[in-house]
Formats: sequence, C-alpha cells, structure tokens
Amino acid sequence: MTTFFFYVMVLLAILIGAYLYRVLQGPTIFDRVLGLNGISTKAIILFIVIGTYSERVNMFIDISTGYALINLVGALAVAKYLEQKGLP
Amino acid sequence: MIFPFEIPLLLLLLVTAAGAILVKDLMSAVLLLGTYSFFLSLVWGWFGAVDVAFVEAVVGAGLGTVLFLLTLFGTAPKDTRLHRPPPSLLTLIVFPLLGFLLLYAASDLPEFRDPSSPASVHISPTYLEQSYQDTHTPNVVTAVLMDYRSLDTMVETVVIFAAGIACILLLRRQVK
Repeated sequence: MTTFFFYVMVLLAILIGAYLYRVLQGPTIFDRVLGLNGISTKAIILFIVIGTYSERVNMFIDISTGYALINLVGALAVAKYLEQKGLP
Repeated sequence: MIFPFEIPLLLLLLVTAAGAILVKDLMSAVLLLGTYSFFLSLVWGWFGAVDVAFVEAVVGAGLGTVLFLLTLFGTAPKDTRLHRPPPSLLTLIVFPLLGFLLLYAASDLPEFRDPSSPASVHISPTYLEQSYQDTHTPNVVTAVLMDYRSLDTMVETVVIFAAGIACILLLRRQVK
C-alpha cells in the first residue's frame, strides 16, 4: 500500500509541474492566479497523501485545512489588488 | 520508497525560485514566491516537521503574499515593471563558488534520521525523559518552547511584535 501512495505522490508532483508551467509561462496575470490556485489544491491533496504515507495523517489534516483557508485569503488579496489597480 | 521523494519537490522549488528571479513584473514574482512557500512547506511536511510546515504555509504562502500585495498597492505601474541589468562577472564567479562551498560543507553533516547524530544525543533524550516530570506538559515541543526556553520565546515575541508594529506603520493608508 505504501508503494501505491508513493506513486500517487509522484503523479501529483508531475501534475503540479504542469500547473507550474502555466504559472511560469502564463501570458496574463489570470493564468498565473489560476495556476497558483490549482497548485494549492494539488498541494493540499499531496499533504494528506504524505500524511497517509508516513501514517500520521491526523496532524497533516490540520495543515491542509489551514492551507485551504489561507489560500482563499491570498486569492481574495489578489482579486482586491486587480480590482483597485487594474491590469498590469 | 523507490527513490527519495524530496528530489522532485526540490526540483519544483528550484524552478519556482528561478522563475521568481527571472519574471518580468513584480505581481508575477509575488505569485511565484507564494508557490515557492507552498513547495517549501511540502518539503517540511515530507521531512516530518509538521509545525514548521504549518508556519511556512500560513506565514510564507498566506501572510507573505498579502503583505507583498499591500506593498504593491503603494507603487506606481512603472515601478512594477522590472529592468534587470545582466549579472556581472564577479557575481557569476562568486555565487557558484559559494554554492559549491555550502554543498561541500553539507556533505559533513550527519545523516538524516541518524539516532547517533549530535542533535539526537546531546540534550533531546533529557527533554524526552524529564519534561513531563519537570513541567507537567504532555507536548514536549511546547514544554521546551514555553518552559525551558521561556525567556528566549518571550524576547522572540517582542521582536515579532515590533516587526508587526513596523509593518502597520509602513502600510497604513494615509488619511487626509
């Protein structure tokens, strides 16, 4: 079972790489924001899988919840910035 | 474990850091730094330092991004476009040498999860054995932070408080 979880982790890392390409390359700022959001959802899942892999999932669930909440705050801050300053 | 999983995480970290340096405007650099903090937090989580991972996720990815954006509120559009001069020859020579020196020094560090490393044999066993009798706190990390090193923690709190006041003074809106 740990082998299965390890391969899930590797697959998730590859998926994060795909999002990272959009964040690095993205022509507009919205591409980067959406890529960052996608990365954070994958990172939340990856955290839980790491916790399951190391058999301490109860601690990792706390972090991933905090991750999700904080990610919302960051997205709101970016939206507020783009609303007030306009597109760069 | 087929291969060490920290290698893809560290690759992602390197790519993000290089992107944050090379990108053309400050807004994208801020977003890339948020991504960097996510990956760093994943690295801490993979190494089992759950509390550090939590702080990195909250402070690095969340609060750091918000503080950078608040700083960007005070800039004009011409400030956020970056014009970087190419690095000088001295930079190109000295920084790879410094990196090589650090890697060379890191090869001397004890193996990760080594039970006979100095950090594991010096004082950690004392904490693990006696902290409950000394402090009556079930969590060892809390006992070390809040009891054995309470003065240290108190002055750290003072430093963070001063930094918070400085941030508020710098970032407050000017009321006319």
